[in-house]
Amino acid sequence: MSVAKPLPHDAARLHVTGTARYIDDIPVPAGCLHLAFGLSPVARGRLTHVDLAAVRAAPGVALVLTAADLVRPADCSPSAHDEPLLAEDEVHYAGQPIFLVAADSHLAARKAAALAQIDISPLPAILSISDALAANSRFEDGPRIYGRGDPDAELATAEIVTEGEIEIGGQEHFYLESQAALALPQEGGDMIVHSSSQHPTEIQHKVADALGVPMHGVRVEVRRMGGGFGGKESQGNALAIACAVVAQMTDRPAKMRYDRDDDFTITGKRHDFRIAYKVGHDAQGKISALVFEQFCRCGWSMDLSLPVADRAMLHADNAYWLEHVRITSHRLKTNTQSATAFRGFGGPQGMVGIERVLDHVAHVVGRDGTAVRKCNFYGAPADRSDQGALPPGGAAASPQSISAKAIYNGTRTPYGMEVTDFILDDLVARLESSSAYAERRQAVAAFNAQNAVIKKGLALSPVKFGISFTLTHLNQAGALVHVYQDGSIHLNHGGTEMGQGLFQKVAQVAASRFGVGLEAVKITATDTAKVPNTSATAASSGSDLNGMAVRAACDTIRDRIAVFLAERTQSDPTDIVFADGMVRVGGLEMPFAQAAKEAWMGRVSLSATGFYKTPDIVWDRIRGTGRPFYYFAYGAAVTEVAIDTLTGENRILRADILHDAGASLNPALDIGQVEGGYVQGAGWLTMEELVWDQTGRLRTHAPSTYKIPAASDTPDIFNVSLYDTPNAADTIYRSKAVGEPPLMLGISALLALSDACAACGPCYPALDAPATPERILAAVARARGALP
Amino acid sequence: MTKTHVSLTVNGEKKDVLVDPRELLIHTLREQMDITGPHIGCETSHCGACTVDLDGKSVKSCTMFTVQAEGADVTTIEGLGSPDGLHVLQEAFKENHGLQCGYCTPGMITRAHRLLQENPNPTEEEVRFGMAGNLCRCTGYQNIVKSVLAAASEMNSAKEAAE
Repeated sequence: MSVAKPLPHDAARLHVTGTARYIDDIPVPAGCLHLAFGLSPVARGRLTHVDLAAVRAAPGVALVLTAADLVRPADCSPSAHDEPLLAEDEVHYAGQPIFLVAADSHLAARKAAALAQIDISPLPAILSISDALAANSRFEDGPRIYGRGDPDAELATAEIVTEGEIEIGGQEHFYLESQAALALPQEGGDMIVHSSSQHPTEIQHKVADALGVPMHGVRVEVRRMGGGFGGKESQGNALAIACAVVAQMTDRPAKMRYDRDDDFTITGKRHDFRIAYKVGHDAQGKISALVFEQFCRCGWSMDLSLPVADRAMLHADNAYWLEHVRITSHRLKTNTQSATAFRGFGGPQGMVGIERVLDHVAHVVGRDGTAVRKCNFYGAPADRSDQGALPPGGAAASPQSISAKAIYNGTRTPYGMEVTDFILDDLVARLESSSAYAERRQAVAAFNAQNAVIKKGLALSPVKFGISFTLTHLNQAGALVHVYQDGSIHLNHGGTEMGQGLFQKVAQVAASRFGVGLEAVKITATDTAKVPNTSATAASSGSDLNGMAVRAACDTIRDRIAVFLAERTQSDPTDIVFADGMVRVGGLEMPFAQAAKEAWMGRVSLSATGFYKTPDIVWDRIRGTGRPFYYFAYGAAVTEVAIDTLTGENRILRADILHDAGASLNPALDIGQVEGGYVQGAGWLTMEELVWDQTGRLRTHAPSTYKIPAASDTPDIFNVSLYDTPNAADTIYRSKAVGEPPLMLGISALLALSDACAACGPCYPALDAPATPERILAAVARARGALP
Repeated sequence: MTKTHVSLTVNGEKKDVLVDPRELLIHTLREQMDITGPHIGCETSHCGACTVDLDGKSVKSCTMFTVQAEGADVTTIEGLGSPDGLHVLQEAFKENHGLQCGYCTPGMITRAHRLLQENPNPTEEEVRFGMAGNLCRCTGYQNIVKSVLAAASEMNSAKEAAE
C-alpha cells in the first residue's frame, strides 16, 4: 500500500529543477496586460480629487480604472460584501487600492501607478485596540461571550487570584510567492482564471459576481501555490477579480502579481490580540476559575474575523479543564489591513492566552510550569464518570492528591464538547523522558546560578487543536476519478496544493485503493470545472476531507470492476482484491491495467465522483455550545533558549517535539509540517514584528524590516517525532490533520524566553509577544522589579 | 529610452540581449530568455528566490542590472540538471524532503551548489550560516540543511572514488 510511506513531495522533481510552474511562470498569450493597483497613503479619509491624467499618459498604459469606471460593483469580501475592489468615496486603510492600471508590462504598470495625484481629506483613523474600544468600533453588535459555571463567585472565594494581560502581535504570512492571478478571456464571454488561491470556488464565485455571469461562465484552475498559510484564502480575490474585469473589458489576457511591498501593504495578516485574564487557583496552581477578555484587532473589513475570533475562544482552554470560565471576545474594527486567516485561525492566539495564564500561575505558586500544566489537564477518558467532581474531602483535599494527576478533572470543554481522545498525559510523559526535561530543568537552574549576564530558559507546552471548520457546512469535499483503458488513473479533488503535500497524500490514498503504484496516478490541478462547490483548503482539513472523497470515488469504480469480473467468474464481488498492481477475484488474476481494459470493453463506466461530509458535528456559534470539532490533534514541545540580559538578544538552543498525526499518511511530509510549523510559530512569537506608525502606515513592509526565521535562526538541536497512534475518530486510514496544530508548538519558545527573563529577578516578567530584544529587556527589568 | 546590447553566457549558452539600462537580471532571465527557474520573491535581495551563480559567486539576480552582467557566465537552476538527469544536490533535496511549496527551491539549490564549492565539507553550522541569505517559509530549514549535508557527503565520496 502507498499510504504510510515517507514518499517525497509529488512535484519534488519539478521543484528541484525549477520546472514547476507558478502563476508567473505560465506562458501568456500575446497581448497580455499587466496590472497594478494605486494605493491610498492615508489610513482614513474622503477622496476629494483623483487626477489620473499622468497615469493614463504613461508609457505602455492601456487602461486605468477607478470605482466609477466599473460596469458593475466588484466586491472582494468572502463574508460581508464590504470590500469594494477599488475605494469608492472613502478610504479605510493605508494601502487600500484606489485605482487600477493595466499596461503592457508589470514594471510599466507599477511606474504609471506612482504618477497619480490623489487628494484625500483625512478623517480620524482608528488604529489600535485602545482606539477601537474608545470609539466602540466593532463587528457584531457587541462582544461574544462563551462560558460555564460561576467564575465570579469562584474567584471571590479562590485561595489566590492572579491577574494580568498580554499583547500578542500579528504576523505577515510571507508566502514566498506573492499573490498572483491570470485571467484568459474565452469565447462567448467565458473566463478562465489561474489563481494562486487556497479557495478556487470562492475565486470563481467572486469573479462571476464581478463579471455579471453565472458561476458556470468562470473556470478557476490552481495547480499550486508558493506557500499559502491562510494568506491565500481570501486575499487573492482582489487580483483575480481585477484581472477578470480587465480581461472582460479589453478582451485581452490580464495578469497581476503583487510586488512584495504591495503585498505587505495591501493584504491582511494574522490578527493581533490583547488578552486580559483573572484566574483563581490554589497554592499548587490548580485553577478553579478563569475569566478571559480577548480583544481582537480585525482591520477595516469583516473578512474571516468572526470565525477567527470564535476559534480563539474555542482554544482558550487549550488542554486544560476549566470548570468555571468566561471568555469574552471583542472583534474590533480598525483602519488597518483586513486581518485574515493565518495557520491556526485564531487558535494560536487563544492558546497563547491560556499558556500565559499557566506560566503566570506557576510563577506565583513557585512550581515548575510542566507540573502545574499537568495538574490542570483534562481528565483521562476513563475518568469521565467523575465529571468535574471534587476529590474526596472536597476543596480541603491535600495538595498532593490534587497535584499528582488531576484525575478528578472533567472532560468537557467550556463549549460543552466531550474530550474523548485526550492523549496528552502519555504524550507529555514520553516527551519529558525523551527530552530529559527534569535533568535539563536542573541544568538550566545551575547555569543561571553561575551566570549573571546570559540566562537560560526552558519550557514545555502542549497543544490540543480542534479539527473541523467551525462553519459546519464547509466540512464537505468532492473528488473526480477516471480510470483510463490502459489502467492509468486521473485524480482530481477540491483541495489545493500549497506545499503541504496534500496532493501526494491523496494520491497515496488513490493508489492504495486500486492497489497500484503511485506512477499509475496522475495528480491534476484543482479545477472548478471538475469538482464544484469546494471549501477552502484550510482548517487543516485538506487530507481529511479530500482523502475521504477520493476514497469514495475510487471505491465506486472498484465496485463496478468487482461486479463485472465477479460475474464472469461466478464469484462474490466482495471477495475481490486490488493489490500489488493486480486484481484477483474467483481464481481470476490479472494486472490492474488489463482489468481496466476489460471493464471498458464490457461497457463499465470507469469514471466516478466521490463525496464526503464530516459526521457528528453540530455547532451553535452564538450560544457557544455543541460539538464543533470531529476530533482533536495533539502535540507538545520543549524549548530551551538563552538570552543576553544586556542586549535582549536571544537564541533557541534546542527544541524537542512529539506530535500526533494519528496513523500518518506520509510520515516524511507530516514531520516537514511539524518542523515548519514550529519554526513559523516561534518566528511569530519572537522575531516577527509588524510596526504601524502613528498615521497607520505599515512600516515593516518588506523582508528588510520584517524578519522571518532564516536557516541560522532555527534550533541548534531539533528533535522531532510523531506520536504514532491511530486516530480514535474514523478518518482516512486513521490519520490526523497536521497543517495548523504544529504552529502552536512554537508557543514553548515564548514560554522558555519568559522562563529565562524570570531567572533575572523575583517578579513575574510578563513578557509580551513578539519577544523582540526590546521586549525581553523590558521583561528582564520587570523581573527585577525595575519596571511595573 | 535607448536600449543597450549585452552579451553573456547563460547555462553554457551564449546570449545576446537588448535591455533597458535599468532592467534587472531576473527580468531578463525570466522575460527575455524564458528561464523561469529563478523566482521573484521580494525584489530587494533579501529572500534569495532569484539566486543565480555569476562568475563563481552567488548573486541575487533581482538586485543586479543586466548591463552589469556583460560578459558574465551565469548558471541558473536549469543549468545544474534536468528532470531526467538530476544533479546530486537536486536528488538530495528531493530525497531528503528539502522542499515544500518549492518556490525557494531553485534559489536554495543554486546557493547550496556554490556553498559546496566554497566549502566542500561544511559543518551543519556552516551550512546554516552559509544558507542564511535564502529564506524558506515552509520547511523550518531542517530538511534543507539535511539535504545540503547529504549532497556534500555524496559529492565527497564520489570525489574520493575518482581519486
